[in-house]
Amino acid sequence: MGLLDGKTALITGVANRWSIATGIARAFHAHGARVAYIYQGERVRDEVEKLAAELGGGKAYPCDVSSDKALAELAKNIKNDYESLDVLVHSIAFVKKEDLGGKVFATSRDGFALALDISAYSLIGLTNALVNVLNDGASIMALTYLGATAIVPNYNVAGISKAALEAIVRYLAFDLGERGIRVNAISAGPISTASSRQVAGFKGMLDKVGASAPLHRNVTPEDVGNTAVYLASDLSSAVTADVHFVDAGYHAMGMFTEMPKA
Amino acid sequence: MADTQTTFDKVKKIIVDQLGVDEAEVTMEASITDDLGADSLDQVELVMAFEAEFNIDIPDEEAEKIKTVGDAVRKIDETAPKS
Repeated sequence: MGLLDGKTALITGVANRWSIATGIARAFHAHGARVAYIYQGERVRDEVEKLAAELGGGKAYPCDVSSDKALAELAKNIKNDYESLDVLVHSIAFVKKEDLGGKVFATSRDGFALALDISAYSLIGLTNALVNVLNDGASIMALTYLGATAIVPNYNVAGISKAALEAIVRYLAFDLGERGIRVNAISAGPISTASSRQVAGFKGMLDKVGASAPLHRNVTPEDVGNTAVYLASDLSSAVTADVHFVDAGYHAMGMFTEMPKA
Repeated sequence: MADTQTTFDKVKKIIVDQLGVDEAEVTMEASITDDLGADSLDQVELVMAFEAEFNIDIPDEEAEKIKTVGDAVRKIDETAPKS
């Protein structure tokens, strides 16, 4: 008897075995969900298809979330293959490498627009495309990070995008509440992934966070997956418009012995 | 110090799997970006795969210095496994 028996989830953001979304997919399967995936570009196709099979099966669709046409095509495919969705997991972000370090005021207009489009607007685009595929009572969740509301050196425009994403979560929760659809964000502590390691000085920050957090450790994709199961399940039936921290308590700290190196 | 030939063979396998290149292209002198076509995400994924395979930690500033396959093999050989 799994907490997600009978539920179908679409998980975005699985790129490789280190992806946070991969940890979520593993936990969803362990609790009985059917899982489908989208991936960006041919580059990761083989890897995502291999992971999908390893994790317990499920279709993987190519989908460029910056294209309304691709999103409409995705909705059609999901309807054909799965009929409807109970869970949508947004775990997508993109920022140009040169914008993940240096001064925020040096961020180019293009770099800003791209970061906000892929990392934040994509939740609106996905929701709009899938709104008639999502069942009443469905659960939508988006992965965010403390850098949305606090200064994390070098996270820069990624943090600005996450601030937008968290605001979008709240407004979508209001829009969809009449259908019993819940929308939340999971604010995960830093995890070593191919994406996070693009942030300048990431590993140094990881060490400091693990040493400073109340639980004296960093978090894993499994930790995030477990919370995602709760948010996807009926156990969180009255939880919406929330940003839920899965960060070993780090967000509540107000003092550190050493600050992270830039 | 690890055995450089063994390290090279393991590194070659990881690069072939990750980048989908021919084994013959993976020489000690090959540039990971210019010759083997890795983009910035590939580069990070390769470093993470090396860390997992050899149970080591490669700091970002060291990872950035890895330009060729040989650089990777040497960095792996001179890095002590995590306890």
